[in-house]
Amino acid sequence: MTPSPTSSEASPARETTEGTVYTVTGGDWDEVVAAAAKSDDERIIVNMGPQHPSTHGVLRIILEIDGETVTEARCGIGYLHTGIEKNLEYRTWTQGTTFVTRMDYLTPFFNETAYCLGVEKLLGITDQIPDRATVIRVLLMELNRISSHLVAIATGGMELGATTIMIYGFRDRELVLDIYELITGLRMNHAFVRPGGLAQDLPPGTVDQVRGFIKKMRKNIPEYDKLATGNPVFKARLQDIGYLDLAGCLATGATGPMLRAAGLPHDLRKAQPYCGYENYDFEVPTADTCDAYGRFLIRLEEMRQSLRIVEQCLDRLEPGPVMVADKKIAWPAQLAMGPDGLGNSLDHIKKIMGTSMEALIHHFKLVTEGFRVPPGQTYTAVESPKGELGVHVVSDGGTRPYRVHFRDPSFTNLQAMAAMCEGGQVADVIVAVASIDPVMGGVDR
Amino acid sequence: MSEPNNPESPEARDDLPAQHDDAGDLIATRRGMFGANNGGDTSGYGGLVRSVRLPGATPRPYGGWFDEVADELEGALDEQGLVPENVIGKTVVDRDELTFHIEREYLPAVARTLRDDPALRFELCTGVSGVHFPGDKGRELHAVYHLRSITHNRLIRLEVSAPDADPHVPSLVEVYPTNDWHERETYDFFGLVFDGHPALTRIIMPDDWQGFPQRKDYPLGGIPVEYKGARIPAPDQRRSYS
Repeated sequence: MTPSPTSSEASPARETTEGTVYTVTGGDWDEVVAAAAKSDDERIIVNMGPQHPSTHGVLRIILEIDGETVTEARCGIGYLHTGIEKNLEYRTWTQGTTFVTRMDYLTPFFNETAYCLGVEKLLGITDQIPDRATVIRVLLMELNRISSHLVAIATGGMELGATTIMIYGFRDRELVLDIYELITGLRMNHAFVRPGGLAQDLPPGTVDQVRGFIKKMRKNIPEYDKLATGNPVFKARLQDIGYLDLAGCLATGATGPMLRAAGLPHDLRKAQPYCGYENYDFEVPTADTCDAYGRFLIRLEEMRQSLRIVEQCLDRLEPGPVMVADKKIAWPAQLAMGPDGLGNSLDHIKKIMGTSMEALIHHFKLVTEGFRVPPGQTYTAVESPKGELGVHVVSDGGTRPYRVHFRDPSFTNLQAMAAMCEGGQVADVIVAVASIDPVMGGVDR
Repeated sequence: MSEPNNPESPEARDDLPAQHDDAGDLIATRRGMFGANNGGDTSGYGGLVRSVRLPGATPRPYGGWFDEVADELEGALDEQGLVPENVIGKTVVDRDELTFHIEREYLPAVARTLRDDPALRFELCTGVSGVHFPGDKGRELHAVYHLRSITHNRLIRLEVSAPDADPHVPSLVEVYPTNDWHERETYDFFGLVFDGHPALTRIIMPDDWQGFPQRKDYPLGGIPVEYKGARIPAPDQRRSYS
């Protein structure tokens, strides 16, 4: 007769070279607790994630805890790897933007713009990008900064149990997503910024909707102040948590709000302006607290500054093209709304199928083969909501990228997790990770 | 075989037209068209030979602050008893970006100098990016580092190469701790071994994965797809114009 697994004869603990291993089969918790209490070794390894709701996607955190104190913390990443960098090497330069928009899915316009700036630099057409395209890129990026920070604040609040902050954050993000949907047709994964310019111009009514959004956001942002900024419970959970000073930030390569919360006003929009950021009037907020609370305040202030930039973008919008004039690079098709959704405009199809053989050949060559990019390499960086988003693009002179590497800020910043969590409480790990604001799509790519 | 009247392209022969672009460093030679390399030549372009060249070494002056950085770096290396010519293989200025090609054994010394010298102060390393050039014999694997100086508001690039047969590069984790994960990632995808890294293991791919996925000889994979009666091959089997 075999003993049943729940019988008291079944040993709950087994000695191995790795230490005591407990096999929990149900109904034996008392034995497990008693055995654990007997052991001198209080060292417990806890796996947080990869499916834990408060670990920001599929992030796995391996904690070694002594009571409530975290003695060691390590990250396990790679659960969301989709091979985007490898896939890019098998598509044309224009198709690449469809892939990179899916990396950090909360900052799609930053991924697209950084990639396109790199391709344009290799092509040597940086100066030929129409002003209107650049202004719309800035407009979209700053709206994107707001929506990304809103998610950071919302999920961070939810992880504390402050569901009201979560509701507020997603309520306001929805307003931004409505604008994306109006402009690009999609709420995420837009592939709207293309090498040479944009996929299409702004649809009618955009400026009014964005102005309405600015007005609404100016009313909504103070609600976060009222709800959280001075809230003693909120402050008690965030202040002095996830501490990382300036030396720590530079050593671990942390940029963005983490670096600015350590007191260094480093922002690539000011230091190495791209897309004409030197012509916009805005401030770079900093804090000197080096903690999660400082990062929260910086994100809040950056949203206000982004609203200022968005407003300036609207004032600067002049009618004009949104794609380079060079027909060897510009996408030949014009998009138009058809009965079955957005697609090639019927006028364009009529022209290439009915009247101009050359236009048909040109369209076919550019869409299937793509354009060639002169050999060389370049590194372009933009200030994403999370920090320095760098793109290393290598071309061998062909119609496909030879190598594209994204230096994603989430990937780099997440390295600081151990330094921010070790020695603290288990509950503070959640706050510290939320203040990094990692997005696993960007970390694993 | 160099021709005295044509010193710029020593390989050029009188009976052949000059190559489209002879300048730069040869990294690969391609034959034929459309990426057809299996079976017979049906494209009719089988005899076509093309060379792929990346921008080559740039002579002085480099322009702007590039000369200042190069001077300071060479001076600082001199002070440490290193011969700059042995350390810096070549310097490339292309598209307003400065690249130092460093001999791999000197990489940590160069990085430390760039970080600590008051006139250089490249405090922030943005990680390492690997590039695989299978046709660049003896220098197949490249590791590319971008260093940012917040103090002086500058950005430079360091590039080191290692042969496929000996894929070792010294680790920079000692100098820039941020390179910890970046070097693991490059090892994971390219098989570049960073000597001196505290724990060089795979980071993105599973621990027991075979091969290094970002190398050019590693297939992308995929299956053909039927679409409206036509069979569309997997992305890495499609016609290539590169």
